[in-house]
Amino acid sequence: MEQATRERRMPAVKYIQFDGAEQTVDAPVGTSVMQAALTNGVPGILAECGGAASCATCHVYVDEAWVERCGPPGDDENDMLECTASERRPNSRLSCQIELSDELDGLIIRTPETQS
Amino acid sequence: MSGPGTVIVGAGQAGVQVALSLREFGYSKPITIFNDEGHPPYQRPPLSKAFMLGKVGHEGMYLRNPDYFDRASISIVCDQVQTIDRVARKVIGQSGGQTEYEALVLATGSRNRTLDVPGAELNGVFSLRSLDDATALRGQLQSARDVVVIGGGFIGLEFAAVASKAGARVHVVEAAARPMARAVSPEISAYFTRRHMDRGATFAFGDTVLRIDGKDGHVVSVQTAKGGLVPADLVLIGVGIVPNSELAHAAGLATDNGIVVDEHLVTSDPSISAIGDCAIYPNVFSNSMLRVESVQNAIDHGRSVAARLMGRPSAYCAVPWFWSDQGEDKLQIAGISLVGDIGLTKGDQAGGRFSVFLFRNDSLVCVESVNRVADHMAARALLKTGRLGRLTPDTVQSETFDLKAYASKETVDA
Repeated sequence: MEQATRERRMPAVKYIQFDGAEQTVDAPVGTSVMQAALTNGVPGILAECGGAASCATCHVYVDEAWVERCGPPGDDENDMLECTASERRPNSRLSCQIELSDELDGLIIRTPETQS
Repeated sequence: MSGPGTVIVGAGQAGVQVALSLREFGYSKPITIFNDEGHPPYQRPPLSKAFMLGKVGHEGMYLRNPDYFDRASISIVCDQVQTIDRVARKVIGQSGGQTEYEALVLATGSRNRTLDVPGAELNGVFSLRSLDDATALRGQLQSARDVVVIGGGFIGLEFAAVASKAGARVHVVEAAARPMARAVSPEISAYFTRRHMDRGATFAFGDTVLRIDGKDGHVVSVQTAKGGLVPADLVLIGVGIVPNSELAHAAGLATDNGIVVDEHLVTSDPSISAIGDCAIYPNVFSNSMLRVESVQNAIDHGRSVAARLMGRPSAYCAVPWFWSDQGEDKLQIAGISLVGDIGLTKGDQAGGRFSVFLFRNDSLVCVESVNRVADHMAARALLKTGRLGRLTPDTVQSETFDLKAYASKETVDA
């Protein structure tokens, strides 16, 4: 038990590109879905503002099965999502605003055709 | 991958972007980035925001996992370039190592302007540019009680907000009559002044620092020109930047408040580009030669040069945008404002959700938004298509006008 809590928990996220290419990344709890993609070189997410919810270039589509667990976008995020380069859908989120947790282990994310 | 490829001087946001975009676009020759930071390439904006607040650590600041560059065959050389040999087309590092280039990209960035006053070298006096600066500053902030911020620009005010939150008394000394005077309208300056004061900060405008006093090598107070003696156990100097153009100048390239480039970001040598903070270029939004200090500028410059090196040149015309997080407030700016632009405020100023619309010759050129993300995003979209400039003060001041609604209307006339 003690051993388990001391371990650094690393939920997995699967990113599916517009062209169908897939990549799975393990990242520490508390990391954003944007940061996990960026640092591991997952393409399809630009994140120009570095995660400050200021640019809308980390737009992603959350897999339907995970939408509820990710929760709805915040007010500012909602406004940003109105102006994404690719079409907004009901499962659109800014990946900088989704924080990885044990609950989200196995999360599936699709990146849009373009971010800019 | 043999023969000379692209050499990039500087591992900041701009330099790294060139490398990433080149690989993304299918560039197959060697890419070398000279990095003199002492850290893997990292982002700067959070240094005065999330990092300063302790929300992210060092690893969270990296632009990519350090092993990513290996996998992408991007060679990162921890060295500082001392000389450019334009005839032999090679750069020479401090270590003496020579690297040939086919294309050279100068992304040398900028450095903090220093404050030439007695006591600036005391312990407890900081500037903020690098991850090391931010780490040292963050360490001292925990125990600071009296913080003096010299210079009320973006960096100074972002730090002031963090210091107030950390429980310190904050005093800002600014030479101009209002904060962020070079970058924002008087309306925005007034709002942010009030918000910082609500958090307990005090301001001295039109004042400068004469000297910084210390005891046992550590700062204790700051003496201003107007006679103020302000207690201080931590001082942050944020009085602007100087572009790093010496390397280019020594190589005989044109410099003038930065490395001079054309609309393709090419210097006076066709095989050398300059991008980001250090480059002064013809900006289509200000209609002048301009040097822009922003992440957007760095990233879009990087992409533009990478596209040109791949045989797809286009004149640089990316929409300029900026943001600054200060306390709970998010300031976002789309476009470039100039002195003399006429401001029109819309929205709930008292409630902290409003935008300032700035007009030049009765044409909308810039939108500054406070906690009005929708206005900001709409303004950026409209700047991109050129429709923003068709809006006049008469249209915008109408009760029913809404920028987002205007932006989402079908562009029949476009």
